[in-house]
Amino acid sequence: MNDDLNKSRRNFIKKASLAAGITLAAGAIGIEKFLSAKSVPKKKTLVLTPDGKVYQANCGELKEFNPPPVSNLEARKGIPNKKFVMVIDEAKCDGCKACTEACQSMHFIESDREWIKVFKMQDSESTSPYFFPKPCFHCDNPPCTKVCPVNATFKRQDGIVLIDNERCIGCRSCMVACPYSTRFFNWSHPKADQIAETGNMQYSPELSLPRRMGTVEKCDFCPDMIRKGLLPACVSGCAMDAIYFGDQNEDAVTNASGVTVKFSQLLEDNAGYRHLEDLGTEPRVYYLPPKNRKYPKPDMNASGKELNQTEMKMGDMRMSE
Amino acid sequence: MINEKYDLKKEIEIVREDCLRPTRRWGRSTQIWIGCLLIMIGWGIYCYIHQLRQGLGVTAMRNYVSWGLYISTFVFFIGISHSGTLVSAILRITKQEWRRPITRSAELLTFVSLLFGGIMPIIDLGRPDRLVNLVIFGRVQSPLMWDIISICTYFVGSSVFLFLPMIPDIALCRDRLTVCETRFDKFRKWLYTKMAIGWKGTKTQWHLLEKSMTIMTIIIIPVAVSVHTVVSYIFAMTLRPGWDSTVFGPYFVAGALYSGSAGVILGMAAFRKLYHLEKYITKRHFDLMGRIVLALTLIYAYLNLNEYWIPAYKMATSEGHLLEDLFYGSYSKLFWTLQFGTVLLPILILSIPKGRTVLMISITCIIIVIGAWVKRYVIVVPTLLHPFMPIQEVPKDWSTYFPNWVEFSITGACLAGIFLVITLFSKLFPMMAIWEVEEGLLIEHDRQLAIDIRLKREASERVINIEKLNGEKVSTEVEPIKPTVITS
Repeated sequence: MNDDLNKSRRNFIKKASLAAGITLAAGAIGIEKFLSAKSVPKKKTLVLTPDGKVYQANCGELKEFNPPPVSNLEARKGIPNKKFVMVIDEAKCDGCKACTEACQSMHFIESDREWIKVFKMQDSESTSPYFFPKPCFHCDNPPCTKVCPVNATFKRQDGIVLIDNERCIGCRSCMVACPYSTRFFNWSHPKADQIAETGNMQYSPELSLPRRMGTVEKCDFCPDMIRKGLLPACVSGCAMDAIYFGDQNEDAVTNASGVTVKFSQLLEDNAGYRHLEDLGTEPRVYYLPPKNRKYPKPDMNASGKELNQTEMKMGDMRMSE
Repeated sequence: MINEKYDLKKEIEIVREDCLRPTRRWGRSTQIWIGCLLIMIGWGIYCYIHQLRQGLGVTAMRNYVSWGLYISTFVFFIGISHSGTLVSAILRITKQEWRRPITRSAELLTFVSLLFGGIMPIIDLGRPDRLVNLVIFGRVQSPLMWDIISICTYFVGSSVFLFLPMIPDIALCRDRLTVCETRFDKFRKWLYTKMAIGWKGTKTQWHLLEKSMTIMTIIIIPVAVSVHTVVSYIFAMTLRPGWDSTVFGPYFVAGALYSGSAGVILGMAAFRKLYHLEKYITKRHFDLMGRIVLALTLIYAYLNLNEYWIPAYKMATSEGHLLEDLFYGSYSKLFWTLQFGTVLLPILILSIPKGRTVLMISITCIIIVIGAWVKRYVIVVPTLLHPFMPIQEVPKDWSTYFPNWVEFSITGACLAGIFLVITLFSKLFPMMAIWEVEEGLLIEHDRQLAIDIRLKREASERVINIEKLNGEKVSTEVEPIKPTVITS
């Protein structure tokens, strides 16, 4: 019965996408005809082919090239000569969750999980609370990749920790091993609308899409964006310029406004630190303490109610350092 | 002078008959029992198919508590499987004569609980269809791989350990099953003939059997210890408060031995009652096994103290939150019930002689076995609910955990599977190692003979001495000692 449903749904999606395709194509042809009728002078440009030859081509004939996702082998190696780092400035973070939203829409994440989650933290009752956005830390001594029995999650040469959801057997060892509760499990099939949007994508560990039931997922530092020379979704989505991303080898990190600063200088000037340093996991995400906060501090009492979610105990709120 | 009325051959014949009788008849109650178990298993299979199709989301597990009842049960079953090694191998190696009637049931319990214990993590897998990846891409650096390797080794070892001493008994079954009228009898004859692998009871065969048993006895003990040590490592190798403990290996081994030997006692009590083996499995056996469980409970209590008292004294931040929850938080009732019920109570009951009656020991062991199961749950779940990062703004069902009907059904089916395999086994093969009990009878017989001869010699020496002293003749009649069955 379920199969029938699935089949009919699949048929529907097929037909719907076909219809949509035809409409779009027809529209495109119409627009092109309309444009050519106006006889816009054909602009020419020089093009360099992959084998090193230069051609002159019409601009209209050129299409934006979207490279296919890198192969599994390439995705496991990583980008050579890079060491990616992230710096999050707690003084600038106002807890607006724009980073989370940007990430959610980029990776088609369902609302029950957040790859980058904004915590309201208070280290003890007498100390000041602060906002704490937490992506995956992409540790240099990752407890998660150590315990994977099939090498489905791995550490790359550029510092990124990824998951191959075509290999993952769903034992969830990595989830219990991660001290930062960063990993999420696909407990059920992805929802129908997500299948419609991501189902046809070619899978790559760098893309983390399409999702598969029974496998683990987490923040991936957007390696597909990095390959295009763009910032990860959370970095460019942060309206407060609180998140910096860059290459430690270049000693440079950039925020959403495009301001590039010296990584080492940024840490030195602001007393940068890493979360739970004593666990020895060597995170690649650094934090700048919430000194001279630019925005109001979080209201610890208001937490939880906003999202009518779990009741928090004071004991859980305090952080272990 | 040995009692003339005592006939060794007749005694052996009685033993054989007593052991083979349950395999001859499948009563109505057995059929109903098997029927019930099959219904439970069928329902469990239905639930598992449901879980396969819809994903693990049909269980109560969510992202914080990502290991629940399945993994707790896995640890529990593997713990129970330590029974066979302890009773059988350790008592064999120390040449404890009283072990003879109970080794078979202990070894069987090991075999079956390992079989189903090994299934539990597979049920817990998100992608059981990719199990072959463990072979293709397997990494020995992963504690899970250590588990797979050691559990497989232990499973093969304990299967051999169960099968080897069964060969002479299967051959006996084969020889005794002469009338094969029904198809089932024909199947049994075929099965016995195949499984007896041509046992004729020649001197070479006995020699080989004894030699291989000795080797297996020595091999199986370190393998068993390694199994539960690495089972604890899948927890202890993480940084999580509550699991990040150096005492976890020995703690799990002690807990396994203690729950496993309690399991053996329950098996003994059940078979004694059902198959009328009171003559062989006597009160003395329960008394001795009760002492073993007492000793193991004390060791377990000692490790338990280390596991909780050391961090409780320091109350380091993250570990402190977990301990607060266990000591006087949401898990406190369960925690203290376990501490009093499964640690203090067994020590109190089993340390007084009146507590070591068959009934009292059986009740204590039921408490221990159930308690050990709940204890695994208390080791697994509360730690997962106390991660380093606070649990904030997540769906309500993420921050709590209690197994739901799917998990209970599938776990119940596995338990039913254990009972089913034990029942079928006991209806096909003798539940006591017949030849071992016979060997015990022989040894006892020889011992009695030796005592007899010694007594006679001593008596005659005394007579001579008296004659020397008094110079008169004394009667040389000696009261003959009645040889008894070894177990009394």
